[in-house]
Amino acid sequence: MAETRYIKAVNQALKDAMRDDPTVFLIGEDVGAAGGSFKATRDLLDLYGPERVYDAPIAEAAITGIAVGAALTGMKPVAEIMFMDFITLSMDMLVNQAAKARSMFGGQGSVPMVLRTPHGGGLNAGPQHSQCLEAWLAHVPGLKVVVPSNPADAYSLLRAAIDDPDPVIVVENKALYAMKGEMPETPEKIEIGKARIARAGRDATVVAYGAAVGMAEAAAEVMAAEGVEVEVIDLRSVQPWDEACVLESLSRTHNLVVVHEAVEAFGVGAEIAARMADIGFDELDGPIVRVGAPFAPSPFGKTLEEAYRPNADRIVAALRRTLA
Amino acid sequence: MTPNERAELYRRMLTIRRAEERLQKLFADGLVPGFLHLSIGQEAVPVGVSRALTEADTVSSNHRGHGHTLAKGVDLTGFFAEILGKATGLCRGRGGSMHVADLSKGMLGANGIVAAGLPITTGSALAHRMQGKGNIAVVYFGDGALAEGLVHECLNIAKLWSLPILFVCENNGWSEFSPTERQLATSLDKLGKAYGITYREVDGNLVEEVARAAGKLVAGMRKAPAPAILECRTTRVRGHFEGDRQDYRDSDEIAALDARDPIRLCAEALIAAGLDDAVLTAIAAEVEAEIEAATETALAAPLPEAGDILADVYTRAEV
Repeated sequence: MAETRYIKAVNQALKDAMRDDPTVFLIGEDVGAAGGSFKATRDLLDLYGPERVYDAPIAEAAITGIAVGAALTGMKPVAEIMFMDFITLSMDMLVNQAAKARSMFGGQGSVPMVLRTPHGGGLNAGPQHSQCLEAWLAHVPGLKVVVPSNPADAYSLLRAAIDDPDPVIVVENKALYAMKGEMPETPEKIEIGKARIARAGRDATVVAYGAAVGMAEAAAEVMAAEGVEVEVIDLRSVQPWDEACVLESLSRTHNLVVVHEAVEAFGVGAEIAARMADIGFDELDGPIVRVGAPFAPSPFGKTLEEAYRPNADRIVAALRRTLA
Repeated sequence: MTPNERAELYRRMLTIRRAEERLQKLFADGLVPGFLHLSIGQEAVPVGVSRALTEADTVSSNHRGHGHTLAKGVDLTGFFAEILGKATGLCRGRGGSMHVADLSKGMLGANGIVAAGLPITTGSALAHRMQGKGNIAVVYFGDGALAEGLVHECLNIAKLWSLPILFVCENNGWSEFSPTERQLATSLDKLGKAYGITYREVDGNLVEEVARAAGKLVAGMRKAPAPAILECRTTRVRGHFEGDRQDYRDSDEIAALDARDPIRLCAEALIAAGLDDAVLTAIAAEVEAEIEAATETALAAPLPEAGDILADVYTRAEV
C-alpha cells in the first residue's frame, strides 16, 4: 500500500491504460504540453508522444465528436472536458451520438469512449465552473456515469471505464484532486454499477457518491458518538446504480438518506428515493430524506458557497429526521 | 474511364434513383414509418465520390442520406428493410431513414442532427491517420449545415492536425425551406481559403466530374494526410421531406431541374460517346428487378419484437 493523491491516481490510470492498449489516446484542451488544467495528464505527452496525446483547440463539441468518430473507427479515446460545466457544449455529441449509436444501429458496434470531467464546488469557482450535472447524463439511455470518491477508486473506475465497450463519463471532483488515500499494490478491479459499503452500520443508510461520501462518513462519526450506527454506501457509479445493494442495506437499517453535491431537485437522489419508495416500501420506518444543493446556481462568494454545498451537519439533520 | 466504368456509374445512380422513387411510393401508401428526405437529383455526388473509396474508408452522412448509404455498397434488401422499420433491416429496425448505418461497410451513419457528421468523421479521420493504413474519411453535408458552428471547429482541427478527411458539401441551394443566401453570409470557397484547406468546386450533377475531382483529392490525401473540400453544385428535386409541397420555390426553378438531371446527363453523355442505347435499357431493367426483389423481401420481413426494446442499449447486460 502506498499513499497517493486523487489526481495522481487519475494520471496513473491513464498512463497504465495507454501502456496496456495502443488504441487508447488522449484528447482535450491543454492535456498535452501543459499536462492538463489540473495536471491529470502530466508527463503523458512526453511518454507517449503527440500521436497519442492531442492538445485540442478550445472546441468542446468537436473534441467530444472526434472521440465518438475515433471510437467508431477502432480506437479508445479518452477525452477531457476541463470543467463539467462545459459539457453543455458537448451535449449533442454525448446525447444524440455517443449514447445512441449502438442502439440505433441495431447493435452493430459500440462507442468505447471515455469522457473525463471534474464537477463540484469548494474552490469558489463560481456558477459556470462548479456545477454537478451528472443527473443529466444519467438520464440518457446508452451512457454510463461513474463518480469516484477517493484515489483508489479514481484509478480503478477510470481503468474500468476505459475497458468498457460503451461510452462512460468519469466525473471527478475538483475538491478531491488533492485528497490523499491508500493505493493498493494491485488495484481493485471494479465492475461499473457495483457500489461499495464505505462504512457498515445497522440503524440507517446513507447513499452518497463523489465528495458527498466523505461528508456522509463524517456525519456517521457524529451519529456514532450518540450510539447510532450509520451505514454509508458509496455508489461509485450513478448509471447504472447498484439498486440491489441499496435495497439490501435498507432492508437491514429501515431508514434512508441520499446525499449529493448536485442540486437536490430532479437529481440522482430523486431516482434513488423513488425506486426505494417503490421496491423498498415495506422496509421503510421513516421518510427517505434527500440532502443536496438548494435550487440555485452555484454561488461564487465564500459564505454563499459554504451555505450551498452539503456538509456533515446537514446530513446529521437529515438522519435525525428519518430516525425521528 | 472505360465505357464499362462509365456505365457502372450510371447503374449506381439509377439504383439510388429507383430505390428512392420506390420509397416515395411506399411512403405515399403509408408503408414507411416516420419522415423521409429524398435525394432525388443529387445521385451523382455520392456515386462519383464513392468511386474513389474502398470498403475500409469511412463515410458519414446526414438526414438526406439514402444515396450516400447505397453508394458505399450496403445491401439493398437490408437497406429497404431498415427504411421500412423491419427486424431484418441493417439496424434491425431501430434507425430508419435518418439513422441508417452499416459499420461493416464503413458507413458510420446517416444523422438526424445537422452537421453532427462532421466531428464524427473528423474523429474517424484521426483514427485512420493513427492506424496508418492510408484509409480516409468522407463526410457529406448540405449547404444548410454551413451555418452550424461545428463546421468551423472541424475545418480548423482537420487542418491543424492534417487529417485525411474529404468534406463533401452538396450545395442544392436550399436549407430546408429557405434559400442559402438568406442563411450564409459567406461561401465555402472562402471558408476553405480562410482555413488553408484545398477546395474544389464541381458541377455535382455530372458524375464523371465528381468522380474525377474526388479521385484526385482522395489519392492525394492517401499519400499525405490532409483535409480537402469538395463543393458539389446540385439540385434538390423533392421537398425538404416527403409531404413538403415546396410552395416556397418558383415554378421556373423547379421546371429547370429536369435539364440538369444527373442521370439524364449521364445517359446523354454515354450515348454521345457511342454507347448502345440497348445497354442502358438493359441496365434499367436489371436495376428495376433488383429494387423490386429487395422491396418485396423487405415488405414481407417481420417487424421487430416489442420485447426487444432494451436490447443493445449497452454492450454488456445490466448488472
